[in-house]
Amino acid sequence: MDLAFMQEAFLRLIAGVPLTLNLAFTSIAFGAVLAMLLALMRMSSFKVFNWPAQAYVFVFRGTPLLVQIFLIYYGLGQFRPTLQEFGLWGFFREPYWCAVLALTMNTGAYGSEVIRGGLQAVPYNQVEAARACGMSGFLLFRRIIFPIAVRQALPAYGSEIILMVKATSLASVITMMEVTGLAAKMISQTFRAVEVFIVAGVIYLVLNFIITRIIMAIEWWLSPHLRRAPAVEPRLEAAHV
Amino acid sequence: MQQLSYFELVGFGPNGWGWALLMATGMTIAVATCGFLAGAVVGTFVAWGKIGGNAPVRWLADGYTTVLRGIPDLLVIYLFYFGGSAALGAIGSLFGAEGFIGVPAFVTGALAIGIVSGAYQAEVFRGAYQVVSRGELEAARSVGMHRWLMFRRIIAPQVLRYAIPGLGNTWQLVLKESALISVTGLVELLRQSQVAAGSTRRPFDFYITAAILYLLITWVSTYLFQRAETYSMRGMRRAS
Repeated sequence: MDLAFMQEAFLRLIAGVPLTLNLAFTSIAFGAVLAMLLALMRMSSFKVFNWPAQAYVFVFRGTPLLVQIFLIYYGLGQFRPTLQEFGLWGFFREPYWCAVLALTMNTGAYGSEVIRGGLQAVPYNQVEAARACGMSGFLLFRRIIFPIAVRQALPAYGSEIILMVKATSLASVITMMEVTGLAAKMISQTFRAVEVFIVAGVIYLVLNFIITRIIMAIEWWLSPHLRRAPAVEPRLEAAHV
Repeated sequence: MQQLSYFELVGFGPNGWGWALLMATGMTIAVATCGFLAGAVVGTFVAWGKIGGNAPVRWLADGYTTVLRGIPDLLVIYLFYFGGSAALGAIGSLFGAEGFIGVPAFVTGALAIGIVSGAYQAEVFRGAYQVVSRGELEAARSVGMHRWLMFRRIIAPQVLRYAIPGLGNTWQLVLKESALISVTGLVELLRQSQVAAGSTRRPFDFYITAAILYLLITWVSTYLFQRAETYSMRGMRRAS
């Protein structure tokens, strides 16, 4: 094990971390909105909304992400004249935006199932209680259903975020030089796969560890009702009165 | 030259890529199945280590699942692809062979998938083992079964029964992961589509076909896993 080489590898690979995080968080942010929309569509009783959402989730969860990335980045190039006509070519020409689009659409599908689970787990008596207080429609959703659903969906959404951080590695296949891209380049230059792999692996593990901790902190912050109440000294004298 | 229609392009005619795509689909299924089976073996041992190992073994097994589930699969594939050739080259040079020895892409791919999916399957098996009732294990021991016999007769059938839904999910993961093997040059479905897209300049048509074929495999295997689940539960009484 050559420590000097591993240090060099670390310095080279760490330069890819900003792009990895950028890709992950941009697509998670857009993907969460998409997931919310899809979840609401799937829970709607109108077939017009329900059906397309179901089909979308089936297609995006049933095909490999790499195929989706290729379809968007290379595949849409087949319609270049049309895209140019609509002024969209500038978007689809950039590997960055293609990667973000593919990751967003993918995490939207997986995330919608997580959110749907959270929404369905909201106890109905909470909704009844809110209605009894006169809340309905958007107010009911904003104050009661959404917060409870978020709290219940957060652990599963956390693993989806970790999966997304891992999935950004696929962007390296369409020339994005994030951590995996840099690692692959370095391996093919030096043929020292094991060392580079260890360094890249450690970088991903540390990233994922930090993200898991942050999600656990948010979970703790969102669930004060589950924490143990601060210990209060019982006032014994009152019992003797 | 006249543009071929989509169905001529992916069909089985003289200019069609139908057979090539079908062969590649077979390759995808083959490499995914081999990887999945390798993962089942790895997963069994890792789960065993987690359940019955002493502290260092347990620690190793936990480390294995944490690491393999925390790093991108693509990285593992690169490690096996480049690292495997380097290792073979080193062994070859001991015996006097010169230069680069490539590991067959199929072996690299199946092994990489096996190592990654082993981590997921270990968790599935561990979860399923915990559902097996302690009383049955005690009963098996009391009638004098040895470890292996008990594993074969009592543990394995029941763990498999409870593990089927989880294994179904892992299989879907493995199937999608097999698309990543295309970076090593193995001519599976995605790689074949790339080749066809490159030589016909119709990338969209081929990638959408690949997507449809992947969906088809997913759909059929979901059905098969459901059948397997119903079959395995045929003797069980269920709540509700």
